[in-house]
Amino acid sequence: MKELVKKFTEGFGPSGFEDSIREIIRKEVEPFVDEVRVDALGNLICFKKGNGGKKVLLDAHMDEIGVIITHIDENGFLRFGSIGGVNPIIALGQRVYFENGVCGVIGSERIEDPKDLKLEKFFIDIGAKSREQAAEKVKVGDAGAFLQTAIDLGDRMIAKAMDDRIGCVVIVEVLRQLKETKHDIYAVFATQEEVGLRGARVAAYGVEPDVGIAFDVTGTGDTPKARTMDVSIGKGAAIKVKDSSLICHPGLREYLVKLAEENGIPYQLEVLESGGTNAGAIQMTKAGIPAGVISIPSRYIHTPGEMVDLDDVKACIDLCVAACQSPLDF
Amino acid sequence: MDLKTLTSLSGVSGDEYEVRDGIIKELDSMGVSYECDVLGNVIARKGNKGPKVIIDAHMDEVGLVITYIEKNGFLRFATVGGIDSRVLVSKRVLIGKHRTPGVIGAKAIHLQERDERNRVIPSDQLFIDIGASSKEEAERKVKQGDYVIFDTEYEELSDGIVKAKGLDDRVGCAILLEVLKEPWEDINLYAVFATQEEVGLRGAKVAAYGIEPDMGLAIEGTVCADIPGTDKEFQATRLGQGAALSIMDSGSIPNRAMLKELIRLAKENDIPVQFREATSGGNDAAAIQQARAGCPVASVSVPCRYIHTPCSLMSMSDFEAAKQLVIAFLKSVEGGFRP
Repeated sequence: MKELVKKFTEGFGPSGFEDSIREIIRKEVEPFVDEVRVDALGNLICFKKGNGGKKVLLDAHMDEIGVIITHIDENGFLRFGSIGGVNPIIALGQRVYFENGVCGVIGSERIEDPKDLKLEKFFIDIGAKSREQAAEKVKVGDAGAFLQTAIDLGDRMIAKAMDDRIGCVVIVEVLRQLKETKHDIYAVFATQEEVGLRGARVAAYGVEPDVGIAFDVTGTGDTPKARTMDVSIGKGAAIKVKDSSLICHPGLREYLVKLAEENGIPYQLEVLESGGTNAGAIQMTKAGIPAGVISIPSRYIHTPGEMVDLDDVKACIDLCVAACQSPLDF
Repeated sequence: MDLKTLTSLSGVSGDEYEVRDGIIKELDSMGVSYECDVLGNVIARKGNKGPKVIIDAHMDEVGLVITYIEKNGFLRFATVGGIDSRVLVSKRVLIGKHRTPGVIGAKAIHLQERDERNRVIPSDQLFIDIGASSKEEAERKVKQGDYVIFDTEYEELSDGIVKAKGLDDRVGCAILLEVLKEPWEDINLYAVFATQEEVGLRGAKVAAYGIEPDMGLAIEGTVCADIPGTDKEFQATRLGQGAALSIMDSGSIPNRAMLKELIRLAKENDIPVQFREATSGGNDAAAIQQARAGCPVASVSVPCRYIHTPCSLMSMSDFEAAKQLVIAFLKSVEGGFRP
């Protein structure tokens, strides 16, 4: 599994630019499903046929936050905007890379007051000596991702884009383990979550499932002087109660809790006060879909050093497998 | 219908009747079939083979709506769409169907305290003066709920540079009408003249749901800040530098294949284009992209300086470039291009 985490998190795929990561995921998932298709927004939709059960949508988003070049100045510096929520304090000094392999570092204009730390003051330096030289390597509209390799700490791992490649890992592992299933499984590796749940919204419309479960990272309150949040890494799968995008279907939530208890799967309940997930978009599809979230607790979300505990990942996989093999009557 | 006529029509979001009637009349004279939907969108049709492609321009413009008539005949108003309060004071406006003239008033400089001079008067503290001395007198000319447009003449300021209100997005409407003059066959073309874009892409959302397109192209008037005091990296677009291609905005990221094709076509046909070097703002492409099971979209825009104010500036050469590029793109779709 560690190899898959490394492979997925090191893949390139800022929102709207998921072609590369989609191929990486496709290769891994294809052996375990009956059909694979890509929809109009680039979502990778994998179908595993069941036997008279429900239509179950499992969602994880494959996009990550990043940057997009908005301007190349005469000296070859690249001005950029953010794709998704990029915190300036964290972005400064980071290395970024583009799909064609070009790398650069984020520098800043002179800033006296830390309050002025804004992306508008930053630029990417790719070592070009002029606009012309820069333009040979990149162009306005090219997207960049943060450059960091995944680190194995034993039980835990650090990587960029754990949000939400770790969710993608969970779903791939679930499909690997699910030899047979009663339910029709639609695994959606969704695009453009970080810019507004855009991929999941249209994918869910196309699939029209009976049940939707999203897999995404959630914040924790287990670090020094952290904001209060009763979720920790290493304490199991986080069954979401609510976030700012949805209140999870109470029946489904209780059902997942019961499954976890029956199967001895470590779990914790999660209330996320700010932030949303694709389940929010899935829930509002057509006449409404019962939707829930199994979250992977993660520290340092939206930084290039997101940390998860692999026992939690395993718990999420186990819970999802149990759910897919259960009647899902709630 | 030319840009002069189109921009002179009144069409604040939710009150697009004048623009719609004008466009319908034009479509009738062109012999183009169309229908109107529940939200007031006009959907013109051409071609009946091949993929369903929406080209979208919105008919509505930013403006004001009368919320309350004071005892002494002054009119209170709310803004419709995004308007910077700083541009409102002392502007001439036209109210309601009968275009009652008025002026947005404020206390003269002589009577202002020092700190009053240094702050922007929010729109809810402003009022429109139509010269009425009582509520009764005012009500003979206007009523609560009347929409208000800016009183701006269309003018050509210099060779090819025009000034008008509502260029956002009558320029798109004008391009759609031009595109509809072309013969279209191997494409199911849906030209959507959309309502209520400025208040949240509302017209386009339902139009796209109804059409269920395979592709969408939004044609817009867009921000342009190539003006003194704005560094190059924050200008977004430059007047006269060609049609602007969106790279990303707050509502959508263009389909990569469509954007690539637009760039290729511009090169091949010598059509001047520039990137819209900004990621803020949004347009109907967002709503079209999210309709039903989704569809690939892109945006082609005409730079307009001082957008969302009583008077913006635009270059006819950019208009021409955008028009040519849209036509080239649709021909490419006829020729088999698919995203």
